[in-house]
Amino acid sequence: MTPIDLVMGFIGGLMIGSAASLFLLFNGRIMGASGILGGLIDGTGRHNMAERIALIAGLIGVPFVAITLTGANVSSNITDNIALLVVGGLLVGYGTRTAGGCTSGHGVCGISRFSLRGIVATLVYLLAGGVTMLVARHMLGVI
Amino acid sequence: MRTMIAFITGSLFGLGLVVSGMTNTTNVQGWLDVFGNWNPTLAFVLGGAILPMLFAWRVAERRKTAILGTPIPARSDPLIDRRIVIGSVMFGAGWALVGLCPGPAMASLGFGGLSGVIFMAAMLIGMGAARIAPLPAGATA
Repeated sequence: MTPIDLVMGFIGGLMIGSAASLFLLFNGRIMGASGILGGLIDGTGRHNMAERIALIAGLIGVPFVAITLTGANVSSNITDNIALLVVGGLLVGYGTRTAGGCTSGHGVCGISRFSLRGIVATLVYLLAGGVTMLVARHMLGVI
Repeated sequence: MRTMIAFITGSLFGLGLVVSGMTNTTNVQGWLDVFGNWNPTLAFVLGGAILPMLFAWRVAERRKTAILGTPIPARSDPLIDRRIVIGSVMFGAGWALVGLCPGPAMASLGFGGLSGVIFMAAMLIGMGAARIAPLPAGATA
């Protein structure tokens, strides 16, 4: 981690917040990744399917195209431990839909509206993430 | 027009996640690793993202209606129940194990290899399970 990483983090953050602002002010919708994807796959978002598909197409497709065209050296450094991937994915999927949001919906869009639910959810998942990291990395040594 | 805005939103969201380093699981796990080699980048990302949204909400709440005609989403009841607490605990735990939340899981799908696809598949199954076998709300926490 270098100071440049923090600057890039802030610039990338401004882009994420601008995207959320655009979606709110034009479409009147909350840019929550888990809600948009979840509603698409479980049928609860049938009435605005096209909007969901278009957003996800941009979210998946444009970074891939941009990285391919620019040849930027970007890696997700993701684990190849299948047990972690499956357990982690199930928890993130079930948890975000049960909580009604994730980092983008509760975190970015909720906190900026001073929503109690957004603030509580964010504090809880940050705390749970920190504790899980402490146990899984420093006590069990699995990640 | 709505679809066009949605596509631009997704594109800018995805590029922002890559630029900020949030599609790199090392940065995210580093943020949660308070007792190890702590990486504060995520706080700068969240701060940067909240900033434009503070203004957007002020404008939105005054307008009542979005530019393309739909109503601005109503403020939800400030309900803190079992579902939001237990769901967030599960999400936080899974987030720490792999270092991906739903946005970056999608944004990195094109370059995350087979691991990214496996995580995405498990996440979709988890989302489906939350619909088929939902956690009861129970008493207010």
